Amino acid sequence: MTDERIVAVTMPKWGLSMQLGKITSWIVAEGDDVSVGDELADIETDKIAGTLEAAEAGTLRRIIARVGEDVPVSGTIALIAPADVSDDDLDAVVQEARAVIDAGVPDEAASGPAVETADIGGRKICYVGAGQDGDVVLLVHGYGGDRNSWLFLQEPLAARHRVYALDLPGHGTSVKDVGDGSVDILADAVLGVLDAIGAERAHLVGHSLGGAVAVAATARDPRRIGSLTLIAPVGFGPAVNSGFLRGFANAQTRRELKPLIGQLFADESLVTRQLIDDLLAYKRLDGVGEALHALLGTLLDGDSQRADSAAAVRVIGGAVPVTVVWGSADRIIPPAQAESVAGAVCYLLDGAGHMPHMERPAEVQAAIEEAIARAG
Amino acid sequence: MARTITYREAINEALAQEMERDESVIVMGEDNAGGEGSPGEQDAWGGVLGVTKGLYHKFPGRVLDTPISESAFIGAAIGAATAGMRPVAELMFVDFMGVCFDQIYNQAAKFRYMFGGKAVTPVVIRTMYGAGLRAAAQHSQCLYPLFTHIPGLKVVVPSTPYDAKGLLTQAIRDNDPVMFFEHKALYDMAGPVPEEGYAVPFGEANVVREGGDVTIVTLGRMVHTSLEAAEQLATAGVQCEVVDLRTTSPLDEDTVLESVEGTGRVVVVDEAHPRCSVATDISALVAKKAFGALRAPIEMVTAPHTPVPFSSTLEDLYMPDAQRIVNAIKTVAEWTR
Repeated sequence: MTDERIVAVTMPKWGLSMQLGKITSWIVAEGDDVSVGDELADIETDKIAGTLEAAEAGTLRRIIARVGEDVPVSGTIALIAPADVSDDDLDAVVQEARAVIDAGVPDEAASGPAVETADIGGRKICYVGAGQDGDVVLLVHGYGGDRNSWLFLQEPLAARHRVYALDLPGHGTSVKDVGDGSVDILADAVLGVLDAIGAERAHLVGHSLGGAVAVAATARDPRRIGSLTLIAPVGFGPAVNSGFLRGFANAQTRRELKPLIGQLFADESLVTRQLIDDLLAYKRLDGVGEALHALLGTLLDGDSQRADSAAAVRVIGGAVPVTVVWGSADRIIPPAQAESVAGAVCYLLDGAGHMPHMERPAEVQAAIEEAIARAG
Repeated sequence: MARTITYREAINEALAQEMERDESVIVMGEDNAGGEGSPGEQDAWGGVLGVTKGLYHKFPGRVLDTPISESAFIGAAIGAATAGMRPVAELMFVDFMGVCFDQIYNQAAKFRYMFGGKAVTPVVIRTMYGAGLRAAAQHSQCLYPLFTHIPGLKVVVPSTPYDAKGLLTQAIRDNDPVMFFEHKALYDMAGPVPEEGYAVPFGEANVVREGGDVTIVTLGRMVHTSLEAAEQLATAGVQCEVVDLRTTSPLDEDTVLESVEGTGRVVVVDEAHPRCSVATDISALVAKKAFGALRAPIEMVTAPHTPVPFSSTLEDLYMPDAQRIVNAIKTVAEWTR
């Protein structure tokens, strides 16, 4: 029988689609004492790189997963145990863990959750849900993103809520036709998905352009929205990195795209090859170039922001609790614009860039949970 | 991500979607029509390996079964292209290309230049290449270097189902003559492919694996053999960057040079013969433009300068394999002055 003082450090599941993770470096070594929150290893997934922190304190007795090796999600990568646990006991656990890593991902697990499709005013909109119980939460991505932008948040939130993420028109696997590219057309998709899943009430979380979309959807039917969480939202001031937006719309090659995507993050090393490849594959789809340029007209008036969400939030403010999350190192939209979100509870994440939901998912999750709790 | 289909299905889908999108797209070649499940066409198979299966009935009058005369139907396709169509001609095996060389390199490749940029020739010639199928000397060659040599032709050698669909779509939409090389041994390979149409641009190599120690430059089927070798060495602590050229003309010099500038060591892996080839071309490029970055001599892993053998034992030895690539990587990784 396994000594219960042996704590397994496992490969985290960062997102619904994650099946494998790869250790890019071990920050700790065998024999090190670790405390809760200490950084253990750098891990790369399909989408992004991240750092695994210790959830338990103790001595790191064994490192099982080698650098560069693919490990299935929840596979044991290291063992923490007190000094008096015998080597034999540890080795038995190592052997089992080794077998799991060597076996790889089982085929039946490789597909992930099913993508649902709704016909919303003649437009095909795709979304994916997770979680069995609780309030409905709908996650609305930003310009050029898709439902997978929420890979670090959707599953953790789904422990307590029914969490949906959609592909806005022009994005992901949804229809690429965005009509006039207005925020209202995108808001139609948000309310349409709520209809399709039969949600009478929902909490909206919107990032960047998705923030303006969530505000517009809320303004149309405030009673339906429990809370509104805006992450680095569009529409609260004139300043914006217009060079980034135009560059993203026009980029055709990896060489053009990579430095732009780096600007989204405070730490550019988070950008993986796969993230760029996925974005390039998206940008090559028929109709995406037209969609991105149409939306550019909604986002920009010259080099300033065209969208205005501030007035709408002043109107909604009384009825729907509003939360704002912004990275202090955002290079796309200045975090100072958070002050223009009337009546909002504001979280400024020190050192995060324009993608706090990818860069600092635990803190963004806490802000969303707090917003939902305040809504009651 | 997207659903998974085979390389064969990806090519079929690109043809179907482009025919749907643009009425001027037609398909022609030997045994191109019909296919199993197509009424009245049981004797035809959608090409010799079934790639164009089902298109004949989906697009009446636009899938043309031609006589067994490559010089005739390749010439007809090129002529139709100059007159406003976008023909996709299938020339079964690239080994048979010799009989229609004049139409390809002296006519199609030259029109844009000889008519002062006023003529376009939007023709695609699809063809199978490569050894490993016990098809011997006249049905197994990798002749893309011959076409890469000719200015005015674009030459595409896709390695995955995703690239096969996206590059064929680009080939059909392109206004220049495109030679499109499909490796017989890749047809059953499956991979994620978006259902929607998309075009992968020419002249953009794909870094299919990142690594800081050795650059492997390769293309077509050899991308997978190279990845196998790279994975073997990763556990031994040598991290290889694998660059899939995707197109040999236009050639993405920048991606090759940037990678070599990072690693200082390069192995070129090519299934074609070693003389006047993509392997020698890349080696010359690196020697000329990244000489200062090199920390070891350039290694090439290619087939030998010999026809593909009929003997299966010899054919297995002829093909570059992961072990030979591993050996070459070790040579450059361990090289010291």
